[in-house]
Amino acid sequence: MIDFNLVPLLPELFLAMAAMGLLIVGVAHGNSVTPVICWACAAALVVASFLLFGMSWEKQIVLNGMFVFDNFAGFMKLLIILGLITTLALSVKYLEQERISRFEYPVLIVLAGIGMMMMVSASNLLALYMGLELQSLSLYVLAAFNRNSLRSAEAGIKYFVLGALSSGMLLFGISLIYGFTGSIDFGVIRGALEGLEAIPFGVTFGLVFILAGLAFKISAVPFHMWTPDVYQGAPTCVTALFAIVPKVAAIGLLMRLLYEPFLPVHDQWMQIIYFVSLGSMVLGAFAAIAQANIKRLLAYSSIGNMGYALIGIVVGTPEGAGAVVLYILIYMVMTAGVFAIVLGMRRDGIAAEDISDLSGLSKTNPIQAYAMAIFMFSMSGIPPLAGFFGKLFIFQAAVSAEFYVLATLGIMTSVVAAYYYLKIIKVMFFDESIEAFDKDIPFARRVVLFVAVAFLLVFVIRPEAIVESAQNAAAVLFT
Amino acid sequence: MASQDFLIAYLPILIFMAVASVISVAMIAGSLLAGPRKPDAEKLSAYECGFDAFSDARNKFDVRFYLVTLLFIIFDLEIAFLFPWAIALGDIGVFGFWSMMVFLAVLTVGFVYEWKKGGLEWE
Repeated sequence: MIDFNLVPLLPELFLAMAAMGLLIVGVAHGNSVTPVICWACAAALVVASFLLFGMSWEKQIVLNGMFVFDNFAGFMKLLIILGLITTLALSVKYLEQERISRFEYPVLIVLAGIGMMMMVSASNLLALYMGLELQSLSLYVLAAFNRNSLRSAEAGIKYFVLGALSSGMLLFGISLIYGFTGSIDFGVIRGALEGLEAIPFGVTFGLVFILAGLAFKISAVPFHMWTPDVYQGAPTCVTALFAIVPKVAAIGLLMRLLYEPFLPVHDQWMQIIYFVSLGSMVLGAFAAIAQANIKRLLAYSSIGNMGYALIGIVVGTPEGAGAVVLYILIYMVMTAGVFAIVLGMRRDGIAAEDISDLSGLSKTNPIQAYAMAIFMFSMSGIPPLAGFFGKLFIFQAAVSAEFYVLATLGIMTSVVAAYYYLKIIKVMFFDESIEAFDKDIPFARRVVLFVAVAFLLVFVIRPEAIVESAQNAAAVLFT
Repeated sequence: MASQDFLIAYLPILIFMAVASVISVAMIAGSLLAGPRKPDAEKLSAYECGFDAFSDARNKFDVRFYLVTLLFIIFDLEIAFLFPWAIALGDIGVFGFWSMMVFLAVLTVGFVYEWKKGGLEWE
């Protein structure tokens, strides 16, 4: 029987049609209409989010078990759409300044977004793979988007080769899982694994390969090598995209995968994620200390942040999963704010990317300096900013599930990480001021900056609303 | 155990792989061990229809060749979809027909893009 209920896919379908339509409009009018297409894509994403709100968020599995829509998928999709709109808003002006304002950029972002939304809604290993590839292929092109820059081309190639390798590993893992459980459907895999008395070696093997493939995508240790180079080489607006959105989708995917089909082999994957999480936190904290380039620093910072998020996944309780969702949300807002500042680091039209370029920002542009200080304090987890609560809930979940080692190490590495976040503040406020940055900050960037600062400051007043919706979203994975 | 039976079903593939590797290793090893090897300067030089080689074997291609190849592959694969679809159209009915129409529509968007972008022009 053909299961042809497309209603839960409406946002994706709408975005796909909008992307194709805008591609045609773009190619008909040339690169002069890029800003229009950017805002049209942002508008399409807004419409998609309204479609999401208009749908029933009850759990429904459609297309013969390929696609699942539930509270968790809905929440993650909203985050993804929000991240994409933010990136688009940050990009428009930067693309013009760097003379890479081509109309393919927003279309590729929307296509990547469709892939990400598929990822968090996948209920079948092949649907998962298809979403992941749609996302990855768009991102490879975006990394190399500034094709006249050697670094950007290098970033694209590096990302592509390593991404293809990780996809290969993922597919190999999927084939092993299929071989041993006889299905690629999440529900059937779970049933098959629950029926086994002892877990066959091949299943563990396949699981390791799937996790290795996904660790690439969230840039977790030991598969993090590409991150600093790609973050540094890609155009800064693309780096912002990389840091903000794909992480949300990949973490969402990982959570669904581990809590739904692979819950019966909890003991096996727990050890792997435990190590990956620990390694990411330690490497993120220590490797970032020596960085002089702010994009590289943010790359290591994102590796470390993924480590913290993974703690919540290891814990394996609904509280832990809720903490992950909340953490990702707060991380997204902080990163968006930081990149709004980094994108504005230009002198005489030339982008400045070193931390030393921020010297004395408090005198030349106090508003930016204070905003950046708030982001850095929040990232290092200083109360009462939102970043503190993100970490607090993660560590709370870890302690209540008796993962004391992980929680302790997490707190210790976040102390180390605080050093380099605070160093930026020191550079901005106590170093000799140098020439001011260019003054023309576009309106959209101001809005992003303002919203991010406001969110981080106001979160403490009424955290319950957001915390509860994050918890509710994660809870459906455990029913 | 059920999973053992399941694996037994794949035994012919394992045997096939073993036979294939034994044969190929035997052929390579046999020619290595038994073949006469008397290299001289002429035998080792690059061979090009009796002449000395004119240029290095690794030369640069115009990137447009790759572009044409890629575009060709896309539309060639489309044909590979269309043939079985045309054969099976009677069985898959209206749903099958419209599925293919959606696919072709997406492909047309790509085609319009490549055309307008000048991907089909050589100069």
